[in-house]
Amino acid sequence: MSISTYNGAAIIAMSGKDCVAIGCDLRLGIQNQTLATDFKKVYKIHDRLYLGLAGLATDALTLNQRFQFKHNMYKLREERNMKPATFAHMVSKTLYEKRFGPYFVEPVIAGIDDDGTPYITGMDSLGAMETSKDFMVAGTAPNSLWGVCESFYRPNLGADDLFETISQCLLSGVDRDALSGWGAVVYVIAKDKSFVRTLKGRMD
Amino acid sequence: MASSGCLVSEQKPNGFDFDLCKRNAWLEKQGLQTLKPWSTGTTICGVVYKDGVVLGADTRSTAGETVADKNCEKIHYMAPNIYCCGAGTAADTENVTGMISSQLELHRFRTNRESRVVTSLTLLKSHLFRYQGYISAALVLGGVDCKGPHLFTVFPHGSTDALPFCTMGSGSLNAMAVYESGYKEDMSKAEAMELTKRAIRAGIFNDLGSGSNVDLCVITSEGAEYLRNVDMPNPRTFTAVPKPFARGTTPVLKSKELRVPSLESRVTIESQEGDVATAMDTT
Amino acid sequence: MSWSPYDLNGGTCIAIGGEGYCIVAASTRLSTGFSILTADKSMILPVNSKCLIASAGFDGDRSQLHKVLTFRSENYEHFHKKPMSCPAMAQMLGNTLYYKRFFPYYTFNLCAGLDDQGLGCVYTYDAIGSHERVGYSCQGSGKDLVQPVLDNQLKAPSILELPPKVAVTSLSKDEAIETVKIAFSAASERDIYTGDAVEIFVMTPEHGVQKEILPLRRD
Repeated sequence: MSISTYNGAAIIAMSGKDCVAIGCDLRLGIQNQTLATDFKKVYKIHDRLYLGLAGLATDALTLNQRFQFKHNMYKLREERNMKPATFAHMVSKTLYEKRFGPYFVEPVIAGIDDDGTPYITGMDSLGAMETSKDFMVAGTAPNSLWGVCESFYRPNLGADDLFETISQCLLSGVDRDALSGWGAVVYVIAKDKSFVRTLKGRMD
Repeated sequence: MASSGCLVSEQKPNGFDFDLCKRNAWLEKQGLQTLKPWSTGTTICGVVYKDGVVLGADTRSTAGETVADKNCEKIHYMAPNIYCCGAGTAADTENVTGMISSQLELHRFRTNRESRVVTSLTLLKSHLFRYQGYISAALVLGGVDCKGPHLFTVFPHGSTDALPFCTMGSGSLNAMAVYESGYKEDMSKAEAMELTKRAIRAGIFNDLGSGSNVDLCVITSEGAEYLRNVDMPNPRTFTAVPKPFARGTTPVLKSKELRVPSLESRVTIESQEGDVATAMDTT
Repeated sequence: MSWSPYDLNGGTCIAIGGEGYCIVAASTRLSTGFSILTADKSMILPVNSKCLIASAGFDGDRSQLHKVLTFRSENYEHFHKKPMSCPAMAQMLGNTLYYKRFFPYYTFNLCAGLDDQGLGCVYTYDAIGSHERVGYSCQGSGKDLVQPVLDNQLKAPSILELPPKVAVTSLSKDEAIETVKIAFSAASERDIYTGDAVEIFVMTPEHGVQKEILPLRRD
């Protein structure tokens, strides 16, 4: 039994043309027992930046609070929002600080820069960053998610087509994982519009 | 340092934070395996030639048997005249080179002199030795300073070697085979680059932990040339993608337009959806 | 370190049954640990004219299993003057595996072919012979990557539907082959044990068995 599979999670982030999408499943469990089916694993940092945290749920909640705090302090000092890349490095360093007693989370960060350039990055629990130009996944069945993303992803999709692609990847990916699923939620952020949609998934 | 509930203490003294160690050890005692960090099952190498040093690396990073990153950067900047290839735990190689690199920069400001390769070597090895090998970074350090070209390997425990050519990582044997058969003293830049490229390709094709592309870094007394993806021998062989999903394929239960992201720079502090109070109501 | 009679040699295989065809595909890389043993090793046994068997797992057990199955299949042909049907072969493979319940063949098999109605049939196994008939399946080191792709693309009827249907895909043969190629190129991007090439066997009543090879990443 691994700590990363204690609560269950599935997160995907994908980039399109001047837009990004990030989605997660909604299950919270303790091993094989499902506790809740409305547990979002993606947190809003600001209008154009979202953070997904897969792994141990208690650590995810704690870390989210720490990042909200740090981002608020940054806003008070700088009078502006953090750029996605800045935020990602802050997350990375926060995790590496605990190199020998880590938080058991795998973050995925998705956002757009001021000019609409998509930014996507993933990390392991020690904060090793991987900035990707196409997609990033994290969760209890990363291979299922990698497989669908590698197969279905195409570059330069618009917001609506990107939503369809990431949603299909997420729903197909979690169906073969017993620890994630039970519905999903997807955020799409573009320069001119932004929306969140709750998906209908299998509830078994 | 303990981070008490007090918000002001969020700014902590430098260094690692061992707060969660006790909890994590307890969790492990309960039979829970800890997470496996990404590692760079890697091929990295370097060679000294007539006017300088050539460093080489592949670009695959793995998490177990799965590729986590197909095109990562394993040659890290240390100083304008020094670069360092890293193998081992990805977070460690990234951070150890980053930390030492910033120390070198401060040292340059202080002394107004170019950094020396031995300085960075000493800083690296003493940091690694202090942590008894628990910081798992295996490095190939190369650079050119006032004393000429230098090439070193640094092992996770802090021991080091000075060699004319060296390799590290899971593909080190494959790369070393190429170096041992092809190395000559006083090679030209082109020869050294070609040999290093071949050494990395040996790792890419024969070691499953290494893959994707070849990165090179050539350092001479004139400066460093970072050659990202000089060789890309592994393009996708079948590029077709299934028909795009028609809009409306996915069943949606609820849809909400969010505030159009404002590009205005003024910010406000706001409370967040699903805040502490609601999260704790799940009892 | 203690010696083990088993190894895992990697590789991925896929089988798809359709209306009037069946596809069996497998990667050709044989590896152990972080090294490649050979780039060109077939995991697929065309055991007779009606049936293909693909086995992932340990290569030593695979070759022994394939030898035993070939022997039994040929014996059957001599006695009965006809090749063994695919459902019969599937049952025999299950029995052969279960016979070694306590020292198993460390292989993960797919048995595929055409049934009496010319409908593609696929059987999927665990290492000790438990099996079921399905519309499509995959085995081996890249199965986690490939399975959801097949689920999404093959549009087979849900296994939860009652009364149960034989879940054969409605895709045409060419569309199914395309899906197999997409799935393998995705698997070779992320699974270090899947690569070099993929052999694709296509069985139809008109043309018998035809083989195609698609090169994959070699790193």
